[in-house]
Amino acid sequence: MTKRSNEPFLWSLFSAGGVLSAMLAPVHVALFALAIPLGWVESPTQERLLGLLRHPAARIYLFLLCTLSLFHWAHRFRFTLYDGLQIKHLNEIIFAFCYGGALVGAITAGYLLWNVS
Amino acid sequence: MSGAGAYREYHPKWYRRPVSTYWWLTRWPYLRFILREITSVFVAFFVILTLLQIQALRQGEAAWTALVEWLRQPLVVAANLVTLSFLLFHTITFFNLAPRAMVVRLGGRKLPDVLIAGSNYGAWLVASGLVVWLVLGD
Repeated sequence: MTKRSNEPFLWSLFSAGGVLSAMLAPVHVALFALAIPLGWVESPTQERLLGLLRHPAARIYLFLLCTLSLFHWAHRFRFTLYDGLQIKHLNEIIFAFCYGGALVGAITAGYLLWNVS
Repeated sequence: MSGAGAYREYHPKWYRRPVSTYWWLTRWPYLRFILREITSVFVAFFVILTLLQIQALRQGEAAWTALVEWLRQPLVVAANLVTLSFLLFHTITFFNLAPRAMVVRLGGRKLPDVLIAGSNYGAWLVASGLVVWLVLGD
């Protein structure tokens, strides 16, 4: 039996994460990292934001956004290292670093979002 | 890479012109390609930032205020402006590639690229507006 490649699956995660992050990452950074801290908009209170975070739909949304975005990073960054720096001989290390990192991030996101009191 | 392989009888030595590690600095399209690929680092940074904010929100008002305070520091603001620029570059390049990755046929005819990219941009605006509306509300 021939060994089946994981690439199509990893590519589909890359693609899904690419679309999600393209649609939503700019507004998140513009809002939460710039507009709210710098007072460009009337800042919502911590209480209100926590209230939003308590909603299951918000948590599922954030989990998918974070996890798929990380797998998008893992795939793209892996090939950036292969092609840009021509270090394909470090294949296994890069693979473990990228997808391992994404996995750790996904677990962290799951943990943080599961336990919102 | 394999230029210095072990000597084998009758085996021709492949001629490979070595490519510089900095090949992508030599031409603008190459640099553009690498910049596009590098956007993924900023996508990862956005996730880390989001997780930090979720953690601060869970911890309570003091932690949240401290994080907002930190986000006001000039260096952090500069980093986030760079991040936002790269994220916008990611959005534009990703949407412009969408028509090539996804060929839609309607009634036997290929839907024009502008329509597919355009619908992506439309969805982008709607999604962004929705997030702003949900977060800031009234």
